[in-house]
Amino acid sequence: MKTDSPATPGGGPETGRFGQFGGRFVPEALIPALDEVAALYAEARQDPEFVAELDDLLANYAGRPTPLTDAWRFGEHAGARILLKREDLAHTGSHKICNVLGQALLTRRIGKKRVIAETGAGQHGVATATACALLGLECVIYMGEVDTERQALNVARMKLLGAEVIPVKNGSRTLKDAINEAFRDWVTNVDGTHYLFGTAAGPAPFPAMVRDFVRIIGVEARGQVLDRIGRLPDAVVACVGGGSNAMGIFDAFIPDEGVRLYGFEAGGDGVETGRHAASMSGGSVGVFHGARTYVLQDDEGQTIESHSISAGLDYPGVGPQHAWLKDSGRATYRAVTDKAAMDAFSLLSRTEGIIPAIESAHALAGALELGAELGPDAVILVNVSGRGDKDMHTAMNWFGLGE
Amino acid sequence: MTTLAEVFEKTRGENRAALFGYLPAGFPTKDGAVAAAVAMVEGGCDVVEIGLPYSDPLMDGPTIQDAVHRSLENGTRIADVVHMVGKVAATGAATLVMTYWNPIDRYGAGRFAAEFASAGGVGTITPDLTPEEAGPWCAASAEAGIDTVFLVAPSSTDARIQAVAQRCTGFVYAASLMGVTGARTTVSAAAEGLVRRTRAHTGLPVCVGLGVGTGAQAAEVAGYADGVIVGSAFIRRLLDAPDEAAGLAAVRELAAELAEGVRSR
Repeated sequence: MKTDSPATPGGGPETGRFGQFGGRFVPEALIPALDEVAALYAEARQDPEFVAELDDLLANYAGRPTPLTDAWRFGEHAGARILLKREDLAHTGSHKICNVLGQALLTRRIGKKRVIAETGAGQHGVATATACALLGLECVIYMGEVDTERQALNVARMKLLGAEVIPVKNGSRTLKDAINEAFRDWVTNVDGTHYLFGTAAGPAPFPAMVRDFVRIIGVEARGQVLDRIGRLPDAVVACVGGGSNAMGIFDAFIPDEGVRLYGFEAGGDGVETGRHAASMSGGSVGVFHGARTYVLQDDEGQTIESHSISAGLDYPGVGPQHAWLKDSGRATYRAVTDKAAMDAFSLLSRTEGIIPAIESAHALAGALELGAELGPDAVILVNVSGRGDKDMHTAMNWFGLGE
Repeated sequence: MTTLAEVFEKTRGENRAALFGYLPAGFPTKDGAVAAAVAMVEGGCDVVEIGLPYSDPLMDGPTIQDAVHRSLENGTRIADVVHMVGKVAATGAATLVMTYWNPIDRYGAGRFAAEFASAGGVGTITPDLTPEEAGPWCAASAEAGIDTVFLVAPSSTDARIQAVAQRCTGFVYAASLMGVTGARTTVSAAAEGLVRRTRAHTGLPVCVGLGVGTGAQAAEVAGYADGVIVGSAFIRRLLDAPDEAAGLAAVRELAAELAEGVRSR
C-alpha cells in the first residue's frame, strides 16, 4: 500500500457510508465478523510490517508496477491519444491480485485458515486461489454454473491451484447467485473462515477496504502519466461491474478536478432492451448484497437478472462509492453494448497486439466513444483491467473463429 | 385480529411457549399458501409468519429457497402477500410478515406498514435490517401500530444484543445457530445460552427459530424460550406431499405435534 491515505474518505468502519449509499444490510449473525475484519484492517494498515509485506508481494510476486503503454495505432481509431494501464500484465492476469493479496494477508493475521470467495469471470477466483496457495490457506470458490461453462479455462486454473470450485445452480446461476451462496457459507462457517470479497461492493467494510487495496492502480498510473506527458490526462476510463478496477484507477484522480472520470457499464443488448447489466444507467436505488446502491430491480424490489457477454460484468448491482460518485456528479457512467465491446476487443488485438479481457473491452469501447467527443489533443487513460486469454471460447463463438 | 402481546399473555397463562409457523406467500400456490396457513392454525399455531418472497434470500437454506423460487414463478406480488395477511388474520392467529428489507424499501416503508396493518397484520420480522439501519422502519411501524422484530445470533456480542433488543417490540427473535434456515436433527446447543444472554437485556419475550422441526425439539426449546418458530419443516411437508390435500393434512399433523411439544415444558 504505497498509497498514503485514500483520496475519498468515507466507507470507514465509523459509518460505512458514501452519502446515502453503503451501510450494512446483513443478517445480525455476520455483524461480528464484519466488525472483526474492519478492526483488523484498520490496525493492519497502520502496521509498517503488514504494509511492507504487502508492498513486497505486490512488487516481487505480482509484478507491480504494471506498465503504461501508448496505444498509438488504437488511438488513431479513437481520434485521441490513448494510454493503457496494463493490469493485464499483473500476475494472474488482472488487477484482482492486489485486493486478494491484501485480504489474504489479513486472513492470516486474523488467524483463519479457510477462505471462500465468489467469482464471475473467474479472475477473482483465480487470484484468490493463487494467494491461498501462496499462503497455505484452504480455498473454496463459488461460481455460477453458467459462468463455469463460459469460463471453463479459469475453472481448470483454480483447480490446478488447489481450490475447490463449487458450481452454483440456483437463481440466474451467475455472479449474483455465487455471492448469495458464499454469504450462506460464511454465516455457517464464520468462525474459521474469511469471505474474501472480490469487488468494492457489499456491506462495510468491504467497499472501502477493497478500494484501498486496489487504489495502487491509480497511484501508479497518475505518476506514470505525469512522467510520460508532463501533465494529467483529460479523462480516466474503466469498465464497471461491481466496480473494483474502476475504483482502483479513479481514486487517486478524484481530487484532480480537471480530470474527468468515466465508468462504462455492460449494456448487453442495449439498455433500452432490458437485457443488460448497467445498474447505474438502467437501474434504481435499493438495497442489494448488503449495501444501499443502484440495482436492477422491479417495482417491488425483486432483483432483475442481468445480461452481459462479459461474465465479470454480469452483475445487477454496483459498489456504493460508484453510486455516490454518480449522484455527486464527480464521475460519469454510461453503458456499452456487447457488440461495441467485442468490436473494441478485436480492434485492440489487431492494432496493438494486446488481447484484453472482454470486461476491459467495455472500457476500450468507451474510449473510442470519448475520443470522438474530446478531440485529437485529448489524452485518455484506460484501465486494461485484465487479459483476454480466458475469453477465447466466447471470442471464437462471437467472431466464428473456429470455422 | 390478535396482537403479539395477547398471544404471549395467553401462553404465559397456560404456562407454555407460543408456536409460530412460517410459510412464504404464493407457495405452493397463492390459494394453497392460504390453505396451508389455515391448516397450521387449525393444528395449533398461535402465530403465522408469512414470508414475502424475495429473489435473493441469502439467509435461507435450500428448502425455503425452493419454496420462494416457486412463489415468485407463480407471480406473487406484495398485493398477494397483503391479501394472504387478511385471510390468515381472520382465523384469529396473530399474523406477521417476514421479509428481507429491499422489497419494503422499494415499496415504501410507510405505504407497506399502513396496508399491512389495515389487512390485520400485527408485526414484521426483517432479518437483514440491522439496528443502525432500522430507524425509518421502526418509525413507520410505530405510526401504523405494528411490532418490529429483529434477530440476535449466537455470534452477537452483549452490546449488539442490547442494540437489537432496543429496536424490538413484540419479541426478540433468537437465531438458534450460525447458519441458514432449514431443519436440523438436533437443536443447536447455542440456543439456550443466547436466550439467557438476551433476557439480560430485555423484558420482551424471546423466541427461538432456525433448525426446529419436531415435537421433541419444540418441547426442548419451550423449556427455555417464550416461543418456538418452525418454517422449513412445514415447507418440506408440502414439497413431499403427493397432492394438495395430503400436504394440508401433513401440515396440520405437524402443527399438532409441535403444539403438543410447546405444551410439555
